[in-house]
Amino acid sequence: MNRFILPLAIFAALIALLGVGLTLNPREVPSPLIGKAAPHFELPQLRESAKTFTEKDMLGKVWVLNVWASWCVSCREEHPVLLDLAKSGSVPLYGLNYKDKREDGLAWLKSMGDPYQLSIYDFDGKVGIDYGVYGVPETYVIDKLGVIRYKRIGPLTPEIVKDKVLPLVQELGRA
Amino acid sequence: MLRSLAFLILAATAQWALAKEAAPAAADPALEQRVMALSAELRCLVCQNQTIADSSAPLAEDLRNQVREKMRQGASDNQIVDYMVARYGDFVLYRPPFKLTTVLLWFGPLLLLAGGFAVLVRRVLRRRPEQDLEMNASERKRAAELLAGNEAERR
Repeated sequence: MNRFILPLAIFAALIALLGVGLTLNPREVPSPLIGKAAPHFELPQLRESAKTFTEKDMLGKVWVLNVWASWCVSCREEHPVLLDLAKSGSVPLYGLNYKDKREDGLAWLKSMGDPYQLSIYDFDGKVGIDYGVYGVPETYVIDKLGVIRYKRIGPLTPEIVKDKVLPLVQELGRA
Repeated sequence: MLRSLAFLILAATAQWALAKEAAPAAADPALEQRVMALSAELRCLVCQNQTIADSSAPLAEDLRNQVREKMRQGASDNQIVDYMVARYGDFVLYRPPFKLTTVLLWFGPLLLLAGGFAVLVRRVLRRRPEQDLEMNASERKRAAELLAGNEAERR
């Protein structure tokens, strides 16, 4: 009897390890950007291409940057959540239109509604690379000092907004 | 007639596709070789089990272009790797770095091997010695009888 205990324990430990591994989502790569300053950008706005917008314009405010594209299927799923977030007025929401055609991006906002204060236009995806974007949609919460505090890869859901984003925004707003 | 026309169209489009595929082969083959060598060390985040050299995902293409651009500006391979890690984390490296969080990754298989070996050694050492096979006098006698009577018994 005794001789089976050790192999059984090892087996159980291995199963536990593999079990945990199976339930992790390999798409969610931990971002090295959390706790670091939001990378600098200065990009033309989607609606008014003559005007630019930079992350420095937002210093002193807690804000949310959402990366989206008209070709992105999950963005369609996410869009109502963003509209709700914008309507609640709890945090300023800015968009980064990623590797899109300008007219497609504008058509999207026209037909689906525009939750953003404004969207910036990243045609060649260079700013996307600086932000480590690889699976649109992605969402960043940036604090008053311009530090990235949270990153969501994939669509926001009402649960994530309620349980993660809003509490964090409130906490950062008090700081 | 129709068949040969179809063939012609196919041939033409195939050629076009090939031509498009071959386009990135830049004017500078040495640079291109460096780009491909380094790209083969970097993971494509979209199709996670491919390198950005293998992958045809748009992001992989962008990252290859980024590598090429940085090399043109005179960045070293290490600088480019650091640039990628700063954005995408250690995950972009096909060869994970050696640090505290990756110790198990590097030594796990060795540990299992050593464990297996230890079990094997223990088993071998613990095996009971073979029993003494020396025969005593009466056994010897019986054996001699059996051997002598062998022929007769078989018949």
